[in-house]
Amino acid sequence: MIKIIDLHKSFGKQKVLDGVNLEIEEGKTTVVIGRSGGGKSVLLKHIIGLLKPDSGHIFIDGVDISRLNERELDRVRRDFGMLFQDAALFDSMTVGENVAFPLKEHTEKKDKEIKRIVSDRLMAVGLTGVEDKMPSELSGGMRKRVGLARAIAMHPRIVLFDEPTTGLDPVMTEAINSLIIDTQKNFNLTSIVISHDVKSIFKIGHRIAMLYEGKIVEYGTSEEIKKSKNPVLAQFLSGSAEGPIKMV
Amino acid sequence: MNSVSAVIDSLGRSVLRYVEEMGKILLLFISVLGWATRPPLKFRNIAKQMEFVGVKSIFVVVLTGTFTGMVMALQGYYGFRMFSAESMVGSTVALGMTRELGPVLTSLMVTARAGSAMAAELGTMRVTEQIDALYVMAANPVKHLIVPRVVAGVVMLPVLTVIADFVGILGGYFVGVILLNINSGIFIKNICRYVDLDDIFNGLIKAAVFGLILSLVGCYKGFNATGGAEGVGKATTEAVVLASITILVSDYFLTAIMF
Repeated sequence: MIKIIDLHKSFGKQKVLDGVNLEIEEGKTTVVIGRSGGGKSVLLKHIIGLLKPDSGHIFIDGVDISRLNERELDRVRRDFGMLFQDAALFDSMTVGENVAFPLKEHTEKKDKEIKRIVSDRLMAVGLTGVEDKMPSELSGGMRKRVGLARAIAMHPRIVLFDEPTTGLDPVMTEAINSLIIDTQKNFNLTSIVISHDVKSIFKIGHRIAMLYEGKIVEYGTSEEIKKSKNPVLAQFLSGSAEGPIKMV
Repeated sequence: MNSVSAVIDSLGRSVLRYVEEMGKILLLFISVLGWATRPPLKFRNIAKQMEFVGVKSIFVVVLTGTFTGMVMALQGYYGFRMFSAESMVGSTVALGMTRELGPVLTSLMVTARAGSAMAAELGTMRVTEQIDALYVMAANPVKHLIVPRVVAGVVMLPVLTVIADFVGILGGYFVGVILLNINSGIFIKNICRYVDLDDIFNGLIKAAVFGLILSLVGCYKGFNATGGAEGVGKATTEAVVLASITILVSDYFLTAIMF
């Protein structure tokens, strides 16, 4: 359902994506791993049309979104939810208003109905009674959970997670991983997770793709990835400083 | 010779950069016009921005307007006294405030207070991915963030200018009549005699244009901020400088056209 073909992107002289080819399976969680600054978030931003590729194609349900204008993209985006690295909650709104935002924007639902959905979504991420709090009053983990509640508010088919566990303590990392698994199952989502947290990727990923030097150098199930002899992947998973991965 | 060409080169680059920025701001303005005429409008956001740009700027505008009127009366009195024309102080203060100082000083004060805040707020939203979040939720940021601020700037600046004009003339009256003993009747009569409704009206048009400039520049700079906290700081400073310069330059041309 999501197919990326020969995707290229450079910023100035810096080549970030150098011919990415990747197919995302429907109803599964695909984790894209790779070094920090290796272009994972750039790839994610292409999938949701926040960045335009220099060349290449991104097909969503057969439609090449790299050729769409902003209004056509908006229609495609309604099938998406996204959890940003730092949650990207609107500072000026309460938690309840944040989660309600897409519902108010795109549906004709009454306030009472919206309130009920907000409460449901917050409960789905393990939060209750926080509707009136401001984002600044929440911890990092709570912000991510509210971000996830907002991402699934419209019951999207596809959810993108940009480093969902970065900066969290091990307990909260585990809690967020469980949430990603639960929401994927409960809402039958197609999830794409960007991560470099080795422990998390095998827990949450049905499929794992390794992005290195702008290309997908390995792709497979957790088992296949664990058995892979690819030296880049092996070094990344072992966390060794010695190996083919260049230190810049 | 080399140093001369280096100066010209640097000056040319600055002018080119300024023109390029103006072009981009013009494109943003066209986008704002497009979204501002496409319902539904975000009235709650517009009202919130009007309160921020207008109501919360009243104190600083009153203070600036009052003291500007007072100092104009004082300076005018010493000048006019040389040829016994102290009675002209009132009309000079009123004309100066309504045609020039009311709109310009109000706009500069609001640029410093609200224009900078627009750049800082939008810049922070940009670097914390809140603007990307709007795009992802298929909510256009120009409609949600920029249109309310620009509408607030265009509507509230004339309102603030009326207040500045009024308190400025009142300040001039206080200094001229109460402190310097100019005849109250003559002071008011000369204002009525020399100040036309057009002077006030054209001043308000200027204020609306300046409101448009300061809000567009503030939003443009914030919207395009990059590079974390440092980038937001830079965007805020640039917004104030660029908006102030543009207001002063456009003031000349507006004056030349209107009066």
